[in-house]
Amino acid sequence: MRFDNHLASVGNTPLVGLPRLSDQFSRGGVEVRLWAKLEDRNPTGSIKDRPALKMIEQAEKDGLLRPGCTILEPTSGNTGISLAMAAKLRGYRIVCVMPENTSEERRQLLRMWGAEIVSSPAAGGSNEAVRVAKRHAAEHPDWVMLYQYGNAANALAHEEGTGPELLADLPSITHFVAGLGTTGTLMGVSRFFRSAKPDVRIVAAEPRYGELVYGLRNLDEGFVPELYDASLIDTRFSVGPRDAVRRVRELLELEGIFAGISTGAILHAALGQAANAARDGVAADIAFVVADGGWKYLSTGAYEGTIDSAEESLEGQLWA
Amino acid sequence: MAIEVRIPTILRTYTAGEKSVSGSGGTLAALIDDLEANHAGIKDRLIDNGDLRRFVNVYVNDEDVRFLGGLGAELKDGDQVVVLPAVAGGAS
Repeated sequence: MRFDNHLASVGNTPLVGLPRLSDQFSRGGVEVRLWAKLEDRNPTGSIKDRPALKMIEQAEKDGLLRPGCTILEPTSGNTGISLAMAAKLRGYRIVCVMPENTSEERRQLLRMWGAEIVSSPAAGGSNEAVRVAKRHAAEHPDWVMLYQYGNAANALAHEEGTGPELLADLPSITHFVAGLGTTGTLMGVSRFFRSAKPDVRIVAAEPRYGELVYGLRNLDEGFVPELYDASLIDTRFSVGPRDAVRRVRELLELEGIFAGISTGAILHAALGQAANAARDGVAADIAFVVADGGWKYLSTGAYEGTIDSAEESLEGQLWA
Repeated sequence: MAIEVRIPTILRTYTAGEKSVSGSGGTLAALIDDLEANHAGIKDRLIDNGDLRRFVNVYVNDEDVRFLGGLGAELKDGDQVVVLPAVAGGAS
C-alpha cells in the first residue's frame, strides 16, 4: 500500500479473526466469532492517530491553527504522541500535560517527537491533567487546546473512519467493543452504526484503576467527558487490572497479538459478550479495538511474572 | 440478604473508614436506603433529586448500573456493588 506521506497512512487498519479465542464459544453450528481491529498499525502505534489528525485538520480549517502555533493538550500519552508527530510534520509546537504516574516509555516517546511535558499530580489522574491544562490555556490565550474530551472532531474521526471500515470488513457485525476514555471511539462508531446498522450492540470497557486515581477532594471534582452521550452505548463494564492483564496475556498466548494493557480490559468485555451469545445460542460477530501495542507498557511489569505481581505493580498507575 | 458494597476513599468518612460494607435490598434504591440506615449521610452523597449524582458511578458485578435500570436495578444475594467517582480515564 502506498501513501503520499506518513500522515496519509492513518486508518484503514486490519481486522483479524481470532479463531483460537473464539473456538470455546461456538457450538451446535452456531458461530460466535471475535475480531480484533488492529489500531496499533497506525503511524505512531495507537488508535489516537485518528482523532489527533482529525482535530488538527479541523482546527486548521477553522483558522484556529496557523504555522508556528502552540498546541496544548491534557493526555496520558497516546493522544499526545499522535499530536506531537502531526505537529512536527505540520510545524506546530506542542505542550502536553500528563499525570506523573504514566509509564516512562510514553514520556520518552513524547520527548522524541518534540513535545514539551508538563507533569500533573498523580492523585486525581487524568482529571488533574485536564484541570492543569485548562489553567495553562487560561494563562496562554494564544495557545490552542484541541481538548480531546470535548472536541467533536475526535468522535467524527471514528464516525467517518473506524465505523465504516468495520462494516466494510465485517458486514455481519453484531457487537462493537472499545475502551471508554474520552469516549470518542465509542461515540463516533456508535453514531455510524446507529444509522448504518442500528442493531449493532455498542459495549464500553472502562479501566478501573487503583484508589489513588479516584482520590478526589470532593465528588464535585468528578469528570464526565463533554463528548459522552450515554444513549449511544448499550452497556458499560468496569474492568480492573487483574482481568486486563489476564486477557492481554491470553491474546498473546492464543493469537500472537502483543497489545497494550487497555486492550486486555476491552477483550475482557468482548469475551463477556461472547459468553452471553453462546449461552443464548445466538450467532455473533464481535469486533473489538486493539488500541495500541504492548511496547509502551513493558516497564509496568504487566507481561511477566505472576498475575498477582503484575496486578500489584499496576496499582496506582494509569495503565490505560 | 447480603450484598458487598465497595466504598471509594472519598465516602469512607461515612463508613468509619471501611473500604467495604455489607448491605441488603432488592433494588439499588433499597440498598442505598439500607446503607443510609447504618451510615447516615451517605445517601445524600450518592443521590440528588431522586437520581444518581452525575459524578457517581455504581457498578453491579462490574456493569454500570445506569444500563441496568439505574436506582431500580434489581439486586440479588451475593452481588458485588462498586461505587466510584467519575474520573477522566482511558488511553488518552
